[in-house]
Amino acid sequence: MTVKTAGPGADERLASTGLARRLLIRPELGAVVGAVVVFAFFAGQSETFRSVDGVANWLDPASTLGIMAVAIALLMIGGEFDLSAGVLTGTTGLITVILATRYGFSIWTAMLVALAVALLVGFLNGLIVVRTTLPSFIVTLGTFLMLQGINLGVTKALTGTVQVSGLRRAEGYEQARAVLAGTFSLGGADFRVAILWWLGVTALATWVLMRTRPGNWIFAVGGDDRAARAVGVPAERTKIALFMTTAGAAWLVGSILALRFTSVQANAGLGQEFVYIIAAVIGGCLLTGGYGSAIGAAVGALIFGMADKGIVFLGWDADWFRFFLGAMLLLATLANRLVRRYAEEVRH
Amino acid sequence: MTGTGEPPAGADRTPSGAGAGPGADGAVPLLETRGCGKTFGGVIALRDVSTRVRAGEVTCVLGDNGAGKSTLIKILAGVHPPDSGEYLVDGAPAAFTSPRDALDRGIATVYQDLAMIPLMSVWRNFFLGSEPSRGWGPFRRFDVAEARRTVRRELRSMGIDIRDVDQPVGTLSGGERQSVAIARAVYFGARVLILDEPTSALGVKQAGVVLRYIAQARDRGLGVVFITHNPHHAYPVGDRFLLLNRGGSMGEYGKAEVTRQELISLMAGGAELEQLAHELSREEPPVKP
Repeated sequence: MTVKTAGPGADERLASTGLARRLLIRPELGAVVGAVVVFAFFAGQSETFRSVDGVANWLDPASTLGIMAVAIALLMIGGEFDLSAGVLTGTTGLITVILATRYGFSIWTAMLVALAVALLVGFLNGLIVVRTTLPSFIVTLGTFLMLQGINLGVTKALTGTVQVSGLRRAEGYEQARAVLAGTFSLGGADFRVAILWWLGVTALATWVLMRTRPGNWIFAVGGDDRAARAVGVPAERTKIALFMTTAGAAWLVGSILALRFTSVQANAGLGQEFVYIIAAVIGGCLLTGGYGSAIGAAVGALIFGMADKGIVFLGWDADWFRFFLGAMLLLATLANRLVRRYAEEVRH
Repeated sequence: MTGTGEPPAGADRTPSGAGAGPGADGAVPLLETRGCGKTFGGVIALRDVSTRVRAGEVTCVLGDNGAGKSTLIKILAGVHPPDSGEYLVDGAPAAFTSPRDALDRGIATVYQDLAMIPLMSVWRNFFLGSEPSRGWGPFRRFDVAEARRTVRRELRSMGIDIRDVDQPVGTLSGGERQSVAIARAVYFGARVLILDEPTSALGVKQAGVVLRYIAQARDRGLGVVFITHNPHHAYPVGDRFLLLNRGGSMGEYGKAEVTRQELISLMAGGAELEQLAHELSREEPPVKP
């Protein structure tokens, strides 16, 4: 196969395997197949699931999860994890609500402050990881616990309870809600605006990943950090930017949820960090970095949304959702492993 | 810098230019070390090594494991400065603080293991760190079409037959990987190409492929430093041979001054073993009818 002087006959044969290979190693292929199967399964049994209202219903949880899954996918392609991302959605929501309801900030200013805090957390996560070369798993586990403590401690100290509420009264609420947490009509059903944000974030992330220089660097620092540095890739800046992107996404999701519910629980976002990672892995991201896709992660989130609501529509016990999650994760990891071995196989 | 611009048609095995012989002394060598030495703690990794690398010549650095080959290329590549002696680039002392400095002076190093990122496609690897872009401001983007086109063209001009520039580098054979890395260094304007054991992990055919690209680079007027422990790989393509043993130089020979057999016997025990293996393998086919 590696003989350089292969005749024209051999080339034709290679061309056909090349096409099959190119399709097979698309990272999002597994997720797309999975999504089709899951949709067929639930749509076949539930009238509600396949109605326009049903679609609007299951796209809703998929959208907020999807925004985070896409950001986490970029980070994972860059070879890092962020366990603090889930709790950070709670932190940003709490900051916005507290500032807007207790300190008289307009909602936009409050959100701006929350964004600054989120970006700072992301920056620190990234800085510690690249400067110490410690595993990001441990570093962000530390931030995760610290943020969890702050969320609870500050909320209790300020309100005496474990939630802050009353965002509806804040200045600029209706406007902000329309932009981030409103609805739009399509085909007789009300869809959440968050779905558009989800699509936008996915499109932007895909463009950055596939068509920009930083996109090339993300693949490189995740694939082989040392080799990337050797050819002059700014590996540290790339990784810090990825952590800040994840934090920015957490702020977006935190704001969307705070505006929708007008209150935030002190433990909001807790436990979601693994769901983001699972969605990214189902979408074709390798845990070892260097490979994956933003579209795949978005489809991974879609599978979650469908299963989350589909199980309810079928009248099953919601506990089965957990079982489903585990099974999907295991299947996806096995599939990814095969793909990676196929892609990395050295031909002699 | 002598007349090596036009490669001789067809004959790519003949050493181009005057080789190590008398005529080449006039031009300033691209790289020169004068009595270079390096110690790490109490260990003398390299002592008193002098050599020259000229444009359009292949300088082979031969030696067994631990002979100081890696230390020498690290000095040449700008990873370490020498502790003693002088390192001259274009006749002037070089003060490199990082490999990037050396790269900016046109000294490119292709390491055996650091050459490529396996999960990325050939064209993404080729331009990694120096991606062509178009557009402005926030719309500046990686010119993917241009990158693909350039890679295809460059590989073809080096005679490298990669079926599909979209395939992950991990699916290439070891020889193809080294060839792409060489083509990349040539494309990005390298004047000196330092190749760290490019053939050591390869089979006979694959090694032959890489040797052909070394000759190609030489014919394009690059100075090549070819590090190897295999005299059978070095002799056909080399113009000068620097032999290292235990951190010291055992002499530098021009191609005219040494035969393949002499080169083999100059090398230490490991080489004799290889010679033995070589002789044994020759006995398998019927010798002469």
